[in-house]
Amino acid sequence: MMNHYPLWKNVLILIVVAGGFFYAAPNLYAPDPALQIAGASSSQTIDRPILGRAEQALTKAGIPFFGEVIQEQGKSALLRLTDRDQQLRAQAVVARELGDGFIVALNLAPTTPDWLLQGGATPMKLGLDLSGGVHFKLEVDVAAATERRLEQYEIGIKKRLREERVRGRVSLDGQRAVMQFRAEADREAARKLVAELYPELFLDRVDEADAWLLYADVTEQTITELVDYAVTQNLTTIRNRVNELGVSEPLVQRQGRNRIVVELPGIQDTAEAKRILGKVANLEFRLVAEANAPISERQRFEYRSAGREGMTEWLERDVIISGESVSNAQAGFDQNSQPNVSISLDGEGGMLMSRATRANVKRRMGVLFIERKYRTRYEVTESGEEVAKRIPYDEKKLLTAPVIQSALGAQFQITGLDNPGESSELALMLRAGALAAPITFVEERTVGPSLGAENIRLGTKSVQVGLALVVVFMMLYYRVFGVAAVLALSGNLVLLVAIMSLLGATLTLPGIAGIVLTVGMAVDANVLIFARIREEIRGGAPPQTAIGQGFDRAVVTILDANITTLIVAIILYAIGTGPVKGFAVTLSVGIITSMLSSIIGTRALVNLFYGGRRVQALSIGGVGVTKVAQQGAAE
Amino acid sequence: MNPIPFMKWRWVAIALSGLAIVTAVASLSLQQLNWGLDFTGGTLIEVAYSDSADLSSIRSVLAEEGYEGAVVVSFGTDRDVLVRLPDGYSDEQGALMVDKLRSSTDMAIELRRIEFVGPQVGDELRDDGGIAMLTALGLVMLYVAFRFQIKFALGAVFALAHDVTVTLGFFSLTGLEFDLTVLAALLAVVGYSLNDTIVVSDRIRENLRKIRRAEAIDVINISLTETLGRTLVTSLTTLLVLAALALFGGEMIFGFAVALLVGVTVGTYSSMYVASTTLLQLGVSKEDVMVPEREGADQEGMLP
Repeated sequence: MMNHYPLWKNVLILIVVAGGFFYAAPNLYAPDPALQIAGASSSQTIDRPILGRAEQALTKAGIPFFGEVIQEQGKSALLRLTDRDQQLRAQAVVARELGDGFIVALNLAPTTPDWLLQGGATPMKLGLDLSGGVHFKLEVDVAAATERRLEQYEIGIKKRLREERVRGRVSLDGQRAVMQFRAEADREAARKLVAELYPELFLDRVDEADAWLLYADVTEQTITELVDYAVTQNLTTIRNRVNELGVSEPLVQRQGRNRIVVELPGIQDTAEAKRILGKVANLEFRLVAEANAPISERQRFEYRSAGREGMTEWLERDVIISGESVSNAQAGFDQNSQPNVSISLDGEGGMLMSRATRANVKRRMGVLFIERKYRTRYEVTESGEEVAKRIPYDEKKLLTAPVIQSALGAQFQITGLDNPGESSELALMLRAGALAAPITFVEERTVGPSLGAENIRLGTKSVQVGLALVVVFMMLYYRVFGVAAVLALSGNLVLLVAIMSLLGATLTLPGIAGIVLTVGMAVDANVLIFARIREEIRGGAPPQTAIGQGFDRAVVTILDANITTLIVAIILYAIGTGPVKGFAVTLSVGIITSMLSSIIGTRALVNLFYGGRRVQALSIGGVGVTKVAQQGAAE
Repeated sequence: MNPIPFMKWRWVAIALSGLAIVTAVASLSLQQLNWGLDFTGGTLIEVAYSDSADLSSIRSVLAEEGYEGAVVVSFGTDRDVLVRLPDGYSDEQGALMVDKLRSSTDMAIELRRIEFVGPQVGDELRDDGGIAMLTALGLVMLYVAFRFQIKFALGAVFALAHDVTVTLGFFSLTGLEFDLTVLAALLAVVGYSLNDTIVVSDRIRENLRKIRRAEAIDVINISLTETLGRTLVTSLTTLLVLAALALFGGEMIFGFAVALLVGVTVGTYSSMYVASTTLLQLGVSKEDVMVPEREGADQEGMLP
């Protein structure tokens, strides 16, 4: 047994390690604090003169900057700052100069050199506990959403029974609608009508002494659909609003059944963030004013869509219905495969709509989208300080103004749309303006930038100290083998960081703790191997045999021990949220890389030191050295 | 090397573990755990004053503003202050409280963090944590039963439950805060202790097959002696890095490091005594591991 790795194996190891260094390298370059400038509306582009104004404002305020660049074909611009402490002031200065038409966001611009970027190497993202920022968790109120839907069922059923002259009482009882009839025939008729109207309801007949009852239950599936609908509706609106906040890399994500997670790095003002996230959009349906209507009864509105800029329409001041009455809006196609949008109103809204449209067939009806926006005004306080004040106002813009073809009810379609893109956009806006399912903030975490920076500093320090202690111990205890183990351990760390960067994982404080723990535990596989080699030597095996046997026999143990630990790490990932997930990812990746680095990496190094030649003694510390020296000749 | 008669003292170990578990369970049922914000719900703010902060004046300011049940403590240094409000305040109160503290003093106050956790989230986290722990134990038992044998699985699970209980007991007795990172640490303890236990079990299985005409107790003693060096070295390196984490990692990670320090120490002991004693009491024997397994056959073949 000569313990020699073939050339290809050594080359392969070298390639993996080199790759590891390459993909881990971007993390060595600290990002620059930066400002990102974008237009408040998508049509606003950023050009040289605009960037020039920002630069001038910064120069005037005495804030040094560099690396200014226009990105994404004029969609945004980036200005790097030399001092992180001045980032907030710089943001205020530039926002003041450019005004409300622009969003100025705090950003951390990576400084990864081009040669690394070309290879696809990017640094790990920092979690909020390291970068500073706000984390929100919002919850859609399932009970309230279900209740609202039930009320719609109640109104709908009552109306249908009245239309068909079926005599009975309809009421709500918890999660179900209860109908009460005097005669069985009435109940039978009602059952058919309801089944036809709302096939999703589960109907159940119960006979009581003096009444025939019919229960209509909302099925679990309907509730699931309802929650899905409410969550996606809120997701869309929240995504739109987050863009207004001026965050460079926001995260808006569904979590579980009815939760939404929002992460906003760099944001400090939670009150402001909540105001924008929590604000509601609304809709108004109004008739288009007739040409001869007096000016006091009509108002002029601009179109909202990008294709109809500058076009306006005069609408009546009277509002038929508002967004509260709209229960759903869905894009689809009519019989002629033309794109349309189906709108559902609640009972009262349907009544108002039919009353208003009955007498106005062939006139047009405008749909207004109302958004709460903020204007910034700068005021000088008594102490001479200038403070920015945000003044809210409602922006109303016209979505569409179709012709009323016939008297409308609780269900109607908007047709005559140019393409499916337009219909889905319209449906989206209608849903955004319709009354969303109520959401509440169930969790909120804000980390200030100084705490984030401190966490990075402390985390780095504990990794360094921990690693140093382990290195010293291993070298003292295992001598030359200790050196091999330490080199393999360093390789393990580099690979761990490289894989985390490639996976696009987010580094959190518990994640750093996971790295520290991995350093401690990664040694274990080496220790197992070395202990086996020492045993073999004690048992009288010659050095080369001892190395070979030591590695081979330790592998089974290492696999068993690490696979079980991996099971635990995966469970941790599956149930964990936020920081705990970060810890689980580091731990899992760490377990795998440490197995590879000790079984293959340490072996390669030991082979390099001792393999392929006659060895008199192994420098593995403890009893081994002397004993082997005596027996070396027996090989 | 002569085997160290570990199992001779197993009654001492049983008494010791029994005492530790009884103490832990008693403490857990009497004064429970000092649940962190993650589990109780509520609001927490951490602020840094520009100079040393006067806690009693902060308390009186908060009392005047009507924050009932606010707990004010210094955090790390005398300039850092932590205020915790019980569950029941709305999600806006954290930011409002910081504003009120700012206007009550001439010192500059820097916001370090605000945390708000609603009650429903807290309960869920606690349930999820419990479920995770049980799932982990269950799956591990299955894996070990499949790879080794049911007696080994029972030994491993006893050892893990022992470690988790004792660590929980430690947190209950000392009143250290039990938050989400500590829960993660507890699961990491399960992972670590398991790793240790498997290594020892692996050696016991190997020796049961290899050494003929020996009592189980001797085989276990031999195996423990053989793995002692490895067990101590690995625990030592892990404890070294954890000590570095506890000393230099900062306040937010301190509980995590302490949980692991305690857990790893207990885990090292339990992998030697709890798992092995269980095996011995269950009457482990050659026949239990003599199933014709492929790995076993390979190992026999490699013997010198």
